[in-house]
Amino acid sequence: MGINPDIVGRVYPADETYQVGREKIREFAAATKATSRAHYDLDAAAELGFADLIAPPTFAIIIAQRADAKLVADPESGIDFTRVVHADQRFTHHRPIVAGDELVAELHVDLVREMGAGAMITSRAEITTTSGEKIATTISSLLVRAGE
Amino acid sequence: MIDFDTLEKGQVIGSKTISVNRGDLVRYAGASGDFNPIHWNERFAKEVELDSVIAHGMFTMGSAVDVVSEWVGNPAAVIDYQTRFTKPVVVQDPAGTNPTDQPGTEILVEGKVGALDAEAHTARIDLTVSVDGTKVLMKSQAVVQL
Repeated sequence: MGINPDIVGRVYPADETYQVGREKIREFAAATKATSRAHYDLDAAAELGFADLIAPPTFAIIIAQRADAKLVADPESGIDFTRVVHADQRFTHHRPIVAGDELVAELHVDLVREMGAGAMITSRAEITTTSGEKIATTISSLLVRAGE
Repeated sequence: MIDFDTLEKGQVIGSKTISVNRGDLVRYAGASGDFNPIHWNERFAKEVELDSVIAHGMFTMGSAVDVVSEWVGNPAAVIDYQTRFTKPVVVQDPAGTNPTDQPGTEILVEGKVGALDAEAHTARIDLTVSVDGTKVLMKSQAVVQL
């Protein structure tokens, strides 16, 4: 009853556009207790050379987890959502995310491996603008604990 | 501004303590869209064999990097950031307290220069993130473009 190893290599297409809003950046920054004014104040962002508010370094998790939700919900993946633990996370930024960006994420299933009685699944979201500019690559591993 | 040439491996760049209470977790759930009940419902958390409600790993990762953003003066300079989530951060709900007022669990974050790349002009900052002396994140590394 583990993860289906045959889903390695599967790609979930970039079909939903995520519009990065100023208020969402402010909300996310406040929720992660980020102190940089460039997340809240347009003048502070402009001083750093940006035309709009800068998203915090982990903001892309919102988009990545929406993409991951497709994998978790895929009946063929065999993932029991209630037994998922976030094991590791990486963000590589090709350019900073700013308010006004329209982003999409293509999700790749890179690895499934047995971990004791459970299994680890590693997925990668390639986040681009709707016009194809590379923005960020996020990699996350989920540990799916074995059921009793 | 950080002068790349003055940086040395092992140099401490800063530290801070982040407090997290149940109210902070509800706020992070809403901001991030991660509504997994282990982060806000004690009954459910205990039913899945956790000690209590735990913080989102992404709350801890997201708040810890502020040490780096603050040091460099520009959060957009963080071009790569990774971590492993090794221990859950338990957030209690003491009787007789207002969950949004009580200080909550204290997460200590310390940043040090882990590596320097003169060619790329980047510094890797290694974060030590702990609760009561126990590391809750491992291999927590942020690469900063200087």
